[in-house]
Amino acid sequence: MMNKINKIYPNGVVANKDVDFSVRRGEIHALVGENGAGKSTLMKILFGIEKPTEGSIYYKGKKLIINSPLDAINYGFGMVHQHFMLVESMSVSENIVLGSEPGSSWKINSNIQDEEAKKIMEKYNFKINVKAKISDLSIGLRQKVEILKALYKGAEVLILDEPTAVLTPQETVELFEQLKALKAQGHTIIFISHKLNEIKEICDRISIMRNGTLVGVYDVNAVTKDEISDLMVGKSVNWEVLKTPTKKGKVLLKVKNLTVINEANFPCLKHVSFNLHSSTILGIVGVEGNGQKELVDSIAGLTKIESGEIILKDKKINTSSVEKIRELGLSHIPGDRMVRGIANESTIEENLLATHTKDERLFHKGFLKTKEIRKWSEELISEFQIKASSPKVPIKMLSGGNIQKVIVAREFSKNSDCIIANQPTRGIDIGAAKFIHLKLIELRDKGAGVLLLSADLSEIKSMSDSLLVIFNGQFVAYFEDANKVTEEQLGKFMLGVEKQDEKEIKRCEA
Amino acid sequence: MKKINFETKFEIIRFSVAILIALALSFIIILLVSDMPFLALQKLFLGPLENLRRFGNVIELAITLSFAGLSIAIIFSANQFNLAPEGAFYASGAISAMFVLTFPLPKIISPFLAIIIGGLIGAIICVIPALLKKKWGASELVSSLMLNFIVMYLAKYFINNKFKDPTCGYNATYILPDSSRLINIIPGTRIHFGLIIVVFTIFVCVVFMQKTKWGFQLLQTGRNVEFAKYVGINTSAIIIMSQAIGGFIAGMGGSIETLGMYNRFQWQSLPGYGFDGVIVAILAKNKPKYVPLAAFFLAYIRIGADKMATSTDVTSEMIAIIQGVIIMLVAATSFLSNTRQKMLIKKVRNNG
Amino acid sequence: MDNLITYLIDSQFLYSVFRVTTPLLFAALASVVAENAGASNIALEGIMIFAALFGAIGSGISNSLIIGLLCAISGGLIISLLLSYFGLYLKTDIILSGIALNTLASGGSVFLLYVLLNDKGSTQALQCLTFPVVTIPLINKIPFLGEVLSGQNLLTYIAFFMVWVVFFLLYRTKIGKHLRCVGENPEAAESVGLNVRKLKLTALMISGLLASLGGAFLSMGYMAGFSRGMVSGRGFIALAAAAMGMLSPVPTMIASIIFGFADAVSNILAALRIPDELVKLIPYLVTIVGLIVFSQIRSFSEKKRRKKILSKT
Repeated sequence: MMNKINKIYPNGVVANKDVDFSVRRGEIHALVGENGAGKSTLMKILFGIEKPTEGSIYYKGKKLIINSPLDAINYGFGMVHQHFMLVESMSVSENIVLGSEPGSSWKINSNIQDEEAKKIMEKYNFKINVKAKISDLSIGLRQKVEILKALYKGAEVLILDEPTAVLTPQETVELFEQLKALKAQGHTIIFISHKLNEIKEICDRISIMRNGTLVGVYDVNAVTKDEISDLMVGKSVNWEVLKTPTKKGKVLLKVKNLTVINEANFPCLKHVSFNLHSSTILGIVGVEGNGQKELVDSIAGLTKIESGEIILKDKKINTSSVEKIRELGLSHIPGDRMVRGIANESTIEENLLATHTKDERLFHKGFLKTKEIRKWSEELISEFQIKASSPKVPIKMLSGGNIQKVIVAREFSKNSDCIIANQPTRGIDIGAAKFIHLKLIELRDKGAGVLLLSADLSEIKSMSDSLLVIFNGQFVAYFEDANKVTEEQLGKFMLGVEKQDEKEIKRCEA
Repeated sequence: MKKINFETKFEIIRFSVAILIALALSFIIILLVSDMPFLALQKLFLGPLENLRRFGNVIELAITLSFAGLSIAIIFSANQFNLAPEGAFYASGAISAMFVLTFPLPKIISPFLAIIIGGLIGAIICVIPALLKKKWGASELVSSLMLNFIVMYLAKYFINNKFKDPTCGYNATYILPDSSRLINIIPGTRIHFGLIIVVFTIFVCVVFMQKTKWGFQLLQTGRNVEFAKYVGINTSAIIIMSQAIGGFIAGMGGSIETLGMYNRFQWQSLPGYGFDGVIVAILAKNKPKYVPLAAFFLAYIRIGADKMATSTDVTSEMIAIIQGVIIMLVAATSFLSNTRQKMLIKKVRNNG
Repeated sequence: MDNLITYLIDSQFLYSVFRVTTPLLFAALASVVAENAGASNIALEGIMIFAALFGAIGSGISNSLIIGLLCAISGGLIISLLLSYFGLYLKTDIILSGIALNTLASGGSVFLLYVLLNDKGSTQALQCLTFPVVTIPLINKIPFLGEVLSGQNLLTYIAFFMVWVVFFLLYRTKIGKHLRCVGENPEAAESVGLNVRKLKLTALMISGLLASLGGAFLSMGYMAGFSRGMVSGRGFIALAAAAMGMLSPVPTMIASIIFGFADAVSNILAALRIPDELVKLIPYLVTIVGLIVFSQIRSFSEKKRRKKILSKT
């Protein structure tokens, strides 16, 4: 039982607010919520990766102090993360016993390791070759090894973070059987997921979080998927955006049959097609991790595509360099701003300048026109209301929101025809976010075509002219007019509860 | 405003503490090792100032170290651990000597061409590890270190076999023609025209890094290669180019050192300027405008150590220990981080 | 050419290959241990220099081989400790620290030499000891092979024994497993409660010990005494050998032997009147070629693996 958990992050974001979360022994309890709803944070607190600003945790009636994952493990909590913590070159049994190798001597007896692994497998009826190397195993099997690892360390409560995100349907079935068996043996399972179908299938109760608070706890049998979806997705900030409807221009960007396979050899985009017109904002709606990142990255030239075509302004850009794509007229606000969006050690001015090296106002025959650049960056700073005393400030000094403004300033100041905005207002205060919205609309009115991604449903709905919903690497719905669909309805498509029929979806290729 | 001042202030403090620790260390070593510690210390720190000639030595060494420092600064700015400038120095010196011995040319033209050729050789040498890394993913550190030896032995082969002066008692080339030598510009010292060249080169590097598009792209690539790719910079071309430029400068340095300071080419082993360049570059934080200062500082303590060695019982290699400590302290990011934390907390508290 | 082949098949030559491989093998194994734990030890060159110096002086002054050996190890450990402190605790880039320590050791060794013996070139003033040569009974009676395998220096046998020791350490002990885990996936290590920094420190210490033995061989094995420049890049060649050996003890041993072979061949070629300088560059050239070949093989197998997985989906 987690009582009145409060978690405020140092940058002022309230991740968990007065959350009272409790789980009964021997049940499979679902924890759901949108991205940023606070569920990951809550579990990180339980597992000792984070510490709560306020609040306490009780287990079997006793209050617990958890300072590190080791403490959590000792208390009997086990966590299976989304990104597996396995050593690929080692065998299954080596991974299972890692850190708690059997035997008192300094030697490893691989036979004993295998024995121990087999023992725990038999206890829980898993069937994996203990000698197999992790690198040879499928994702589904690797996950089972992670679960066994937690069980070996004596976990009574298992926390599974989005366990089925990377599993095939067959593997999911197997996993569920294992979970039911574990439950029969008295284990308690906390199941974090977005997939309402699965929750309905296997969970007993469900806690729903939204915007950092717990909005409800129900028996799974007592609520419908629609109700869950509504509770998860309910109206948050009112983004009333003043937007005059414009006429869709001609086709700016064509994506045909695009397939992308990521580094884990997982097909994250499967034969998707759509068209983006100028003078439109097309919002791509979906739970994070359903392929939208790969979609925009491949358009921007940052990800290799497996098959399909991308055509920008009648030029095929499948294999073009980023430089050429940008020159054709594309701007890209990246979703991971700290990794790619900025050079941490550079100044604001340098970060602004990076995509403008062909601008003749700022560069003369390969030389920087310092004065003009200074003036230009100062103008941008004031135009985008970036809180910094001068362009020479190193960008790492700025708050996250201001860093995002620098990125937005850079990308919007090129008068591009095609703009990809991946979470453009993440982490920004309302005032700044509205400013960015106005700018986006302004650019659209001038003729730009915008691909907008956002985790905030109401934002994307009010900003976009049309909406495409993506789920599991494919488009499952298309709405020509974003006003004609409710957020609740969108939620259902996002979560795979519903799917439009093919003809409706294909309209996005018009 | 406040934030910038804090960071820079802290960096300055950290830098100074590092230098002070290194100097204190030299105090201690000398005290332990010498029978005449105070004379040794005096010679070490004030020796170069004793007369014009000694001070001139500092400048002469600073010229070469500046080339080395610039070369490494540019190479490291691209975030490549390419140490081929070491071999480039040697090879370019050797090839320049061979060039002027083979093609007698009039004054000014001779050294000018020799330096250019030396630079080109240096560029080629330094690009090789970069290409190896690009094409085959081979560590540029290991391949550059191996290349240094290969290049040295190759050049040494030619020097010792085709250009060796049989009348000379030790292994060296024939005397280099007068017309190829760099003129002496300050009488009473051996300071040569290379001083003018290096000042010019430093200026060019500063302009390059701070005012040209390529320099700008180079800096961004070195700081975050993912960012560079995302904004459309052709990172592999920039990296190769930067290694070539760094190599060219190192090559120039080798040629200028040979033509300015010696009348024969007689290096029998790698001169170590490549590694010295690393020290200079680290001290200068990879910024060309600080390279001359760092080079001067290093040259000063080197010559001081030489003076100390000739006048007292402390041998000059002690400096190697000091140098090693300086690099590691200056580059230590966690050095004094506790102090930094305390200072930061205090400051935040004061600001309410 | 005929002459060359005759030279190569000579048992004396093959004997010399093993002899020459010894310091390389120690250092390469040192790199293997360190890299497996994710703590690159670039300071091998410096460790060997100090170990060679301290060992020679130690044995010369004390007239005891054991003390000489202990001094050698201490010398190497000084550099290793400095590397660990700066690389792991003060967080200087570990590669930069390695480079800095190599220059420190290079000059510092000459300095100490002068301070202790008043000679800047070598320890010729001292009577330094060497490790004995060991004759293995029975084996030494085998024609040809006997001359190659028996009668090597004690340290040479120890070096090859260390191949097995390192293998055992990394793959058959708990601590070796933890080291490998830290090197391959430090997050996984932390998630089960392993102390990443302490393990890296342990790896660097073991690495330093092995490299010290390599340095000890140089000044106390075949040749007695330290002279400046005697390590001449072996520490770096060892890095390449370990990389070629894919950080695994036995392939690394093979790679080291290849480089030792190149080194030994260069000595033969010197006798054949091929110029000294060209001969000396052979080992370094072989190293670069080896690096390229190895990287090519590795990227090729990566492509194959990816194709295999792609076809599965």
